[in-house]
Amino acid sequence: MSGDSSDSRPATDGGVSEADSRPAPSEQPGPEERDHPEGRRNLEGIRIDPVVEAEHASRRAVISALVEDEPGVLARVSGLVSRRQFNIESLTVGPTTVEGHSRITMVVEETDPGIDQIEKQMAKLKPVISVGEVAGDAVTSELVLLKVEADDPAAVHAVSEMYDGRTVDAGPETITVELTGDNASIDNAIGAFERFGIVEIARTGPTALARGNTPTAPGEKPGTAGEPTTHDD
Amino acid sequence: MSDTAAQPRDDDAEEPDDAANADGSAAADGPADADGPAAGPVSTGAESVVAALEAAGAETAFGVQGGAIMPVYDALYDSSIRHVTMAHEQGASHAADAYGVVAGEPGLCLATSGPGATNLVTGIADADMDSDAVLALTGQVPTEFVGNDAFQETDTVGVTRPITKHNYFAHGADTVGDTVGEAFELSRAGRPGPTLVDLPKDVTQAETDETPGPAAPPAGTDPDPNADADAVEEAARAIEAAERPVCLFGGGVIKADASDAARTFARTYGVPVTTTMPGIGSFPEDDELCLSWAGMHGTGYANMAITHTDCLIAVGTRFDDRLTGGIDTFAPEAEVVHVDIDPAEISKNVHADYPLIGDAERVLDQLTAAVREAPDAEAWRERCAEWKETYPLTYATPEDEPLKPQFVVEAFDEATDDDTIVTTGVGQHQMWASQFWTYTEPRTWVSSHGLGTMGYGVPAAVGARVAADTMGEPDRDVVCFDGDGSFLMTMQELSVAVREDLDITIAVLNNEYIGMVRQWQDAFYEGRHMASDYTWMPEFDKLAEAFGALGLRVDDYDEVAPAVEEALDYDGPAVIDFHVDPEENVLPMVPSGGANGKFATAEDQL
Repeated sequence: MSGDSSDSRPATDGGVSEADSRPAPSEQPGPEERDHPEGRRNLEGIRIDPVVEAEHASRRAVISALVEDEPGVLARVSGLVSRRQFNIESLTVGPTTVEGHSRITMVVEETDPGIDQIEKQMAKLKPVISVGEVAGDAVTSELVLLKVEADDPAAVHAVSEMYDGRTVDAGPETITVELTGDNASIDNAIGAFERFGIVEIARTGPTALARGNTPTAPGEKPGTAGEPTTHDD
Repeated sequence: MSDTAAQPRDDDAEEPDDAANADGSAAADGPADADGPAAGPVSTGAESVVAALEAAGAETAFGVQGGAIMPVYDALYDSSIRHVTMAHEQGASHAADAYGVVAGEPGLCLATSGPGATNLVTGIADADMDSDAVLALTGQVPTEFVGNDAFQETDTVGVTRPITKHNYFAHGADTVGDTVGEAFELSRAGRPGPTLVDLPKDVTQAETDETPGPAAPPAGTDPDPNADADAVEEAARAIEAAERPVCLFGGGVIKADASDAARTFARTYGVPVTTTMPGIGSFPEDDELCLSWAGMHGTGYANMAITHTDCLIAVGTRFDDRLTGGIDTFAPEAEVVHVDIDPAEISKNVHADYPLIGDAERVLDQLTAAVREAPDAEAWRERCAEWKETYPLTYATPEDEPLKPQFVVEAFDEATDDDTIVTTGVGQHQMWASQFWTYTEPRTWVSSHGLGTMGYGVPAAVGARVAADTMGEPDRDVVCFDGDGSFLMTMQELSVAVREDLDITIAVLNNEYIGMVRQWQDAFYEGRHMASDYTWMPEFDKLAEAFGALGLRVDDYDEVAPAVEEALDYDGPAVIDFHVDPEENVLPMVPSGGANGKFATAEDQL
């Protein structure tokens, strides 16, 4: 079975004794003595065109996922986002009208390859039925509850009206206003309320639906997230 | 429920009679005939679990008893499934992993709740990183206690969520069998990986007569094996036009049983082949086209070829950083054809110019059919051959230096057949075992790649041996190369090899260092040997004898061949403690984040 290398000198393939002509590692050409190609890749593994070196800028994207509403699904999604270091601004989740299905809406700040990775990694989670970036012209809306000091109720009311807000609680000390709208208009409204003194604030983060017949999460089948909406009346 | 809460974990002093059934010998009576689609009648949740495993084709389980998993073990008493009791749950998960690699079937491991489950975690994470199909079943405290910090309670589903493909918490006896069957199938569907089912004791103890149905993976998890035909055509045109093509075969080629398809493709079109470490064995390393494996400690010629190629045909690889080195200098002039079953791997680390999503075997067949003429690569093949001459894997053997570890690897390779299974721990010995052994067949290289788990070797040898025996191949040798540090981490599994009379040979390449760390300390930390000095190792040959194994010690070249022969001839587990040169380094080496083409061939180049 065994080779006949019972003498004191190594007799197998790799061992180099002084008589051997093959170079031991230390005698092989060093790193600087070799040819090296000119080309390079960027951090995303894309070959760089030396003429137009395109780096991807990150952008804000809304990702919608239809998921099975099973225990732990939110933990799976949030765990994935944190583990892979995706930049996430907000995440909302809520039931749909189909029992057992929920919709998750995430706002992320990533490069195009990063957004692609989020979608593909999300799609691998077993409870995720469909996932994708919501089209740019989608309807997005966010809700905020703002509690401000009630020193000047009339002024609070006036600002609230300006932003289509609704007073949901009013007391001698504080007034709570509910506002909805897209991210930017909510930011503006908060700025306007700041002069009253904001006591507490709670924001949901945006939710989104695609316009018209476009499915919100690409690949989503009609009716998987809600009851059919067309009626013969 | 006090019976559960107070249940001792593997307290064998109190259960001498049960030990006989747990060691697997009693359960192994009669040939296993588990190839039925439907499970037999059941009366409890635990019986449903076991019936589902049998129906899915599971033949072997590795595990450790304990309070919360006892109902499942009780149901295994009458099962055709062979249970191998391990000394530690980590050993069970590694053994199951290696069993799966060798057998091509999902490995199965069991543990109780709490510490049993957390001890499995390393092996589950290892399987996750290497995409190995493993199903872990864990006991859990009864449902009504969950969340109360009960005795031996751990949130196992929470702990293992990021390191499993998917995990399950069993909710009722009527459905637990179906859940286990689904988890078993999911582990091998599409890209393989570990799954886990957490089994509360009340669920496994509860009565049910619901027989599990035929097992299937969840919808959407078993993707189309064929790549898009148009994409295949485009890739084929790129391959035809290449002047410097190279294949890079990863672990996915082995998992998809695509070695034959890979060989056919590369040979038909004369494309030189490199592999990743997990891809070792996908293409015979003694083939003229083979450049062996690329990466940090890969061959110089593989790294030169990867660096200079203009068309990289990568199959079943995730472009790990140990393979790519710095991403900016990885195959910088190559158009990349990337074949993978997992769309999320496409363009994750390296941009794919030609993404082909599908099963490695099917897509390689598609490519072989689609390429019309071989690329004009004669000059390129000659260049690759020159690199092979210029940068051979060699090592010096001066008379005045101690035994070289590489020599030991070569001696074992010479003394064994091509179908020999090699397992390893992690570190320098692992690199030498991969560099200085010529692998020619898939599923003969069993190692811990992505996670880099020291201690993988001995339990993996147990799993590999059991797999080979189960497959009716008792004559295949199983050789475990281990380091002194790795061996010390899991050597208690030697007791299992002795008890089960497993014919394995463990070669400890003992350099009295945690050697890879020592090498890095010398290269990057000014030789400050902080906590890497392992001169405090026990005498492994005597330790082996204490376990009841054959123990040998080797210090010199002329003792190597006789010891190798004696250990291989020995019918049972043998350990050889090879005292090798403590100062030997693994070369060549691409420093972390460096350019593959700038691999160092001497320490002063790092």
